[in-house]
Amino acid sequence: MSVAVVNSGGANISSVLHALHRLGAEPEFTDDAATIRSADRVILPGVGAAGRAMEVLGEHGLVHTLRELTQPVLGICLGMQLLFDSSEEDNAQLLGIIPGRLRKLEETAELRVPHMGWNSIISQKADSLSDRLNGKWFYFVHSYAAPVNEWTLSTSRHGSTFSAIVRKDNFYGAQFHPERSAGAGAELLRGFLEHPLP
Amino acid sequence: MTGEKHTTVARRIIPCLDVRDGQVVKGVQFRDHRVMGDIIELAARYRDEGADELVFYDITASPEGRSVDVDWVRRVSETIDIPFCVAGGIRSVESAALVLSQGADKISINTPALERPGLINELVKAFGSQCVVIGVDSIADGGRHTVRSHTGTPDAMKTPGRETLDWLKEVVDRGAGEVVLNCMSADGTRAGYDIGQLSLAREVLPIPLVASGGAGTVEHFVTVFNQADVDAALAATVFHSGQIPIPGLKQSLAEAGIEVRPC
Repeated sequence: MSVAVVNSGGANISSVLHALHRLGAEPEFTDDAATIRSADRVILPGVGAAGRAMEVLGEHGLVHTLRELTQPVLGICLGMQLLFDSSEEDNAQLLGIIPGRLRKLEETAELRVPHMGWNSIISQKADSLSDRLNGKWFYFVHSYAAPVNEWTLSTSRHGSTFSAIVRKDNFYGAQFHPERSAGAGAELLRGFLEHPLP
Repeated sequence: MTGEKHTTVARRIIPCLDVRDGQVVKGVQFRDHRVMGDIIELAARYRDEGADELVFYDITASPEGRSVDVDWVRRVSETIDIPFCVAGGIRSVESAALVLSQGADKISINTPALERPGLINELVKAFGSQCVVIGVDSIADGGRHTVRSHTGTPDAMKTPGRETLDWLKEVVDRGAGEVVLNCMSADGTRAGYDIGQLSLAREVLPIPLVASGGAGTVEHFVTVFNQADVDAALAATVFHSGQIPIPGLKQSLAEAGIEVRPC
């Protein structure tokens, strides 16, 4: 199976590659549209600011390519956020694959932002990939969060409830870092690699 | 499938591995370092025991003016599947990029931030707040708390003349994503975290705060979470020596009503 990991900029992408290697996959880290289009699985990682990541995808001519993909796609952390319409962060326009706008997490005396650390997720909708992850703990690091809507599979909570896993058609997104979420994270990645084509 | 208890973010337990010449070492109050074991073996052991995160602090890097050797960073990233932070010797966007590109999740800076605070802004702009941790070494000094720099070797240690709380407010303003506050008077004593100082820090920090220095018993962890409201507790000796096994620690914290990730 070929796995393409999309280069969306950001310095620390190698942890995703290491996690895929641990599962026996041989991912290709690429910004080449043809490689991405022909891959059996596409992973869109991302760390940093939404606006900058969209610029990088634009510079590589990948915006249209990503929107048109038909194989299973998994966005991770910022990569998940990029699947949505827009973000309050830099007022960025995103890929627009999943309806919704990312909002800044609320900061109070009890709630620190970034939401940084391990949190559990709750399934909201049946799905063969996320069902097995109900109640498990994952590592989150983010300051903006996706709304809960009809595409939400699982939620988590940091003050307000937000989407932890989303799916629209062949596009999945995980707000947390499966590559840094111990056994539960490996289970998600393994499930995604083994997930039947839609 | 809804209706279950929906928890919030768990308090984190973070073993700190002081690295010197490729080995994990530990000293008392930053002196007299003893070799504790191999980096990769200890990292894997802590992952298996249920540590929530690891901090690797290259204690030789900053005082000697060199940057971290990044090969071990890559090996750690290949081995473990929990987040880790690398501290020591990072003094530019370029050296931070090198460490992050090898798979570190965060970088922590201490002395270079005190020498040139604008570095914090540069790192935040380049990598985002979530990557940028500020390590602060602080000493109770009469009724005040003041920071220290160059703490990796005793002869090099300096007192830059900053009040700790002022510095904490400044790093928040500059966009830091997290603070590790190491209370040096408590470090290595196993007499408990400096609850007073950590509570003062908590009041000025809207970002995650990691307590460091002084852990000796399970009760010390319960106290620092309950009384200083820190997001994470870091320790070295009690974990390396096996005196406090992490699964038992997390069990005790859970029984005390503190939210932790089950091992």
